[in-house]
Amino acid sequence: MIEAVGLTKRFGAKTAVDQLSFQVRPGHVTGFLGPNGSGKSTTMRMILGLDQPTSGQVTINGRPFRELGNAQRNVGALLDAKAVHGGRRARTHLLSIAQLSGIPEKRVDEVLAVVGLQDVARRRTKGFSLGMGQRLGIATALLGDPRVLLFDEPVNGLDPEGILWVRNLMRQLASEGRTVFVSSHLMSEMALTADHLIVIGRGRLLADMGTQEFIAHNSAGFARVRAAGNDQDGRKALAAALTAAGGRVLQEPDGALRVTGLELPHISDLAHGVGVRLWELSPHRASLEEAYMRMTQSSVEYTSTEDPRAELWEPDPLALPAWEDGAAAPEVPQDGFFAPPPPGAGGKPFLMPGSAAELAGTAGTAPNNPEDTR
Amino acid sequence: MTGPATLPDQPPEQDPPLPETRPHLGHALASEWTKMVSVRSTLWTLGALVLLVVGIGLLAVGETNDPTGFTNPPHTAAAVFGLLVGQVAVIVLGVLTVTSEYATGLIRTTLTAAPDRARVLTAKYLVFAAVAFTVVSASVAVVGIASMIAVDSPQAHQTAGEWLAALTGCLYITLLGVLGLAIGAVVRHSAGAIAVMLGLVTLPPVVGGMLTMWDSLTPLGNLIIRYNAPVAIMQMFGLPTSEVGGLPGNWAQLALIVAVAGAAVAGSYAVVGRRDV
Repeated sequence: MIEAVGLTKRFGAKTAVDQLSFQVRPGHVTGFLGPNGSGKSTTMRMILGLDQPTSGQVTINGRPFRELGNAQRNVGALLDAKAVHGGRRARTHLLSIAQLSGIPEKRVDEVLAVVGLQDVARRRTKGFSLGMGQRLGIATALLGDPRVLLFDEPVNGLDPEGILWVRNLMRQLASEGRTVFVSSHLMSEMALTADHLIVIGRGRLLADMGTQEFIAHNSAGFARVRAAGNDQDGRKALAAALTAAGGRVLQEPDGALRVTGLELPHISDLAHGVGVRLWELSPHRASLEEAYMRMTQSSVEYTSTEDPRAELWEPDPLALPAWEDGAAAPEVPQDGFFAPPPPGAGGKPFLMPGSAAELAGTAGTAPNNPEDTR
Repeated sequence: MTGPATLPDQPPEQDPPLPETRPHLGHALASEWTKMVSVRSTLWTLGALVLLVVGIGLLAVGETNDPTGFTNPPHTAAAVFGLLVGQVAVIVLGVLTVTSEYATGLIRTTLTAAPDRARVLTAKYLVFAAVAFTVVSASVAVVGIASMIAVDSPQAHQTAGEWLAALTGCLYITLLGVLGLAIGAVVRHSAGAIAVMLGLVTLPPVVGGMLTMWDSLTPLGNLIIRYNAPVAIMQMFGLPTSEVGGLPGNWAQLALIVAVAGAAVAGSYAVVGRRDV
């Protein structure tokens, strides 16, 4: 069990981690998601006592890391695959770490076999690939057979077979009742591995919920509705009817409408009611990836700016002037490729714009600037 | 790469469980010993030291045809020429003992496995000091004994006091390395720490000589000329060193380096214990 309460870390004027509170429970794989620079690694370093929090505290099984009796028996961590002396042989590296806690030499050979590095155990780690480095780092984490495991981007640089292996290893460790905390920015991987997700952006907690729940809340599907021909009036009448019936509507550049909050048969009925023929009425499901992108887009640390040769760019499809009034769909982020959020999912715990006016100010001007949407 | 095996958490034959007790300094010492002997930089620096001290020392012994050459300085004095260069190797090893961990990021792995930073740092100091002192004194002993065998003259001598003084010299050089380790722990960069140490060792004779050019600063210049690393080492190995009379005793020289290194070591504990890594 890892428990953070009001965890905050400032580096000068920059706040890397801001009032973060969460629990990581045993018996589950907990994914730790966030864009680059969102404070994942800083949080992990604070959990491991490497960085001192500016305020707040984090405990492992009820005690701060530095007060644990035998650290390696309690916590194993992979922070950085390259954190080895390249001139040292893999086995000697593990041995020197094991000796710190009096772990017998036999255990070193055991973990080398677990991660499949027994054949290169006597090679200097300088020649290791990133994937081999990750395996060595995982071996280091497993040395003390610990109850709590932290992995920072464990699948970086692994081949598909290695990724599958890490996934199974995480799940097995969790099924043995251990606490497994894995950071990643690979959504698809987390969707398969993690039971629970903690999502942060700009150092703040965005979501703390089960993976299925997260997908349900954030990756709602939408219906694409296309009125027949170039029937402007019909489209407007249809959109008005859909909005009146409680749906949320966005217009795509080619004239199709994205609708959420209404069942497909209901949309069909409404279209029939206003006398509009439909050429398309199709369901679309969004992925976890999309859900994550939408949730974190306002908290991405490193974003690309406008290319000066912008005439080469496709126009942002959903950045066209909104033709429906702003109040109809106040929390629709109009600067992405995403479906509007489903009804009931707005507001907490997501970082959404405070008012429609804020949003309206950003829609056409600087769609890539995350600052403006906050 | 071979395929992954299964977790050995339930091994076929029941192994004794891993120790749960709080690890102590002995564990850290074993770990540091493993670290020290498993990288090539240790071999290179200590090899260079032995080569310099023994090589130059034996050369000096061989060239001393006249047995009376050893009437004043003792046998171990032949080692001093190599040591004046070899001290740099000791310093570099001291610095690398800690900065190589910072440079590679290994320090985070180490401190994750052993959160008690003082324990890790203490082990580093002890293992480095023991290794450096052993190698330096062994090299000096080789030169001294070789000289005793080669220069067979009743006038040549090596009293117990002179052996002790030579040993003090070895301790002095070891403490220079300890100072290097302390500075390495504080600045965390190999090149930076080595530069600082080289400045500390090579600059004082120059600065001292320069200061004596001004009358008002002459006393300070003389003080610096008498208290610095090369002079202390030559003095401890029984070589007449300075024309600026009134040299301090060996113990005063040793006390000075103990005080300087001690302060740096204390500072390193304070900084490493508090700082984010």
